[in-house]
Amino acid sequence: MKDVTFGQFFPAQSFVHKLDARIKILLSIAFMVAVFMVQAFQFMGFVACLLFVLVVTALAKVPFGKVLRSIKGILFFIVFSAVLQLLFNKNGTTLWHWKFITITDKGLLNAGFIICKITLVVLGASLLTLTTSPVDIADGIESLMYPLKWIKFPVHEFALIMSIALRFIPTLLDETDRIIKAQKARGANFESGNVFKRAKALVPVLIPLLISAFRRAEELADAMDARCYSGSKNRTKYKKMRLTWRDAIATLVVGGLITGVVFLNITGFLAVVL
Amino acid sequence: MALLSMEKVSFSYDKKIDAVKNVSLTVDEGEYVAIIGHNGSGKSTLAKLFNGLCKPDSGEVVVDGFSCKDKKSLFEIRKRVGVVFQNPDNQMVASIVEDDIAFGPENLGVKREEIGERIQFALASVGMEEFRKSSPARLSGGQKQRIAIAGVLAIKPKILVLDESTAMLDPQGRKEVLEVVERLNKEQKTTLINITHYMDEVVRADKVYVVNDGEIVLSGTPKEIFAKRELLEECGLELPVSSKIAQKLIELGVNLPDGILTKEQLAEELCVLKQKI
Ligand SMILES: Nc1ncnc2c1ncn2[C@@H]1O[C@H](COP(=O)(O)OP(=O)(O)O)[C@@H](O)[C@H]1O
Ligand SMILES: [Mg+2]
Repeated sequence: MKDVTFGQFFPAQSFVHKLDARIKILLSIAFMVAVFMVQAFQFMGFVACLLFVLVVTALAKVPFGKVLRSIKGILFFIVFSAVLQLLFNKNGTTLWHWKFITITDKGLLNAGFIICKITLVVLGASLLTLTTSPVDIADGIESLMYPLKWIKFPVHEFALIMSIALRFIPTLLDETDRIIKAQKARGANFESGNVFKRAKALVPVLIPLLISAFRRAEELADAMDARCYSGSKNRTKYKKMRLTWRDAIATLVVGGLITGVVFLNITGFLAVVL
Repeated sequence: MALLSMEKVSFSYDKKIDAVKNVSLTVDEGEYVAIIGHNGSGKSTLAKLFNGLCKPDSGEVVVDGFSCKDKKSLFEIRKRVGVVFQNPDNQMVASIVEDDIAFGPENLGVKREEIGERIQFALASVGMEEFRKSSPARLSGGQKQRIAIAGVLAIKPKILVLDESTAMLDPQGRKEVLEVVERLNKEQKTTLINITHYMDEVVRADKVYVVNDGEIVLSGTPKEIFAKRELLEECGLELPVSSKIAQKLIELGVNLPDGILTKEQLAEELCVLKQKI
């Protein structure tokens, strides 16, 4: 059987990998908040955040190239936002003017600022998915959502849906592969033609896939019933997550980063005012 | 009293054609029962009637004193009758073996520590201890099906039902799965109901039921069943190759005894014959 990996989890034995998934999710959010807290043009804040990313990457024993690759997917978005800033920010002194295009120093600064912001946020998120398996992320999210039970949110059902979805991704990928091969053997052509032709060629793949997915769902429902599933009532949970000293240290470090950013903001602000 | 009994049970999916017609059968504690029939003969419907996934239109299913007529006993019935289905891929809910096996006990509200013990016990029963933390996606068909069996064993059922659980496996996987469940039947006295369309799987059963078009047409020991070759062939079932060879030889005038079921028996009898010459 083909070994299907999905997401971008990079398995390794490291301090970062061993952190509790819940803490990692919360700290990733905290990191993003820190990035967003960096005030206009206090680039030292970004330097601090970048330093943090580099240190975590090294600790996690993840090749830095893998982390950088996450940016590739949204490169277009980053460039697009930066160009918008360049073209439409008319504040500050004009650096360059040609017909209707005016580029100002403020625009340039803003563009650089946005590039830094988005890049750092994406790097932070990819560190989470690189060092945490999808199953652990799903468990972490479930555990973090637990308080929502009080507003009658179906946490258990939501978690089960996530777990089953993760479980069936490799199965359905395998199946897609098989169907594509079968259709190719019958002369289907997926590689040539324009976008519309190629999209149309996918229909004979998607329909069998959909039908099979429904059949699987029906069988799975029977199997779950057969294993005494009756909703979240009186149900226990086997998996238990535990916090360790590692989580305390990680929290302190991220806390330090946020404090640092705030401190840089204040000193920067004072420097301007005074 | 029988551990599981069916009294004149009929069931129809569409209220027109009966998928199961007027079936009565009994399964005793510790017994190894085989149910055999061709595709569409109503075997899976029987399996679903055993554990209450289907409710009989008429007649009654009683498991360990709990009747399917009583709505409240449904949970008790499912606790006692564990069903393993055909496709191992469509029975697993989690991406890690131990989490999947925990699913059943979690549903029963078993305490955490005990779930851990049950996972250990279930994996040991199917000989898959070292795969506790693995991902099912990377296992072979036979291994996956053994995990599915472990998932059912963790519920500690009294009766283990296999609904064509070997049909999708290669010969190696089939052998693995059969060995595991037959050992459970022998060593842990788990009552076993093996539903299949492979004749060679029923030779070691204590009792065989042959189903055709939703009806039980024949029942008895494997020897008694295999003696009725014409009837089996009418039901679209073929004898195991060894039995066929033995019967052909007898027709040709070779002096072999009746009721040869396995390769080993055939070899044995042929050797005896050779020594006599
Ligand atoms: N969910 C269903 N809805 C309607 N008819 C069904 C359903 N499942 C099975 N049947 C019909 O019931 C009969 C028995 O099917 P089944 O019990 O699955 O047979 P087997 O397992 O021996 O192949 C078949 O004629 C089949 O078409
Ligand atoms: Mg069937």
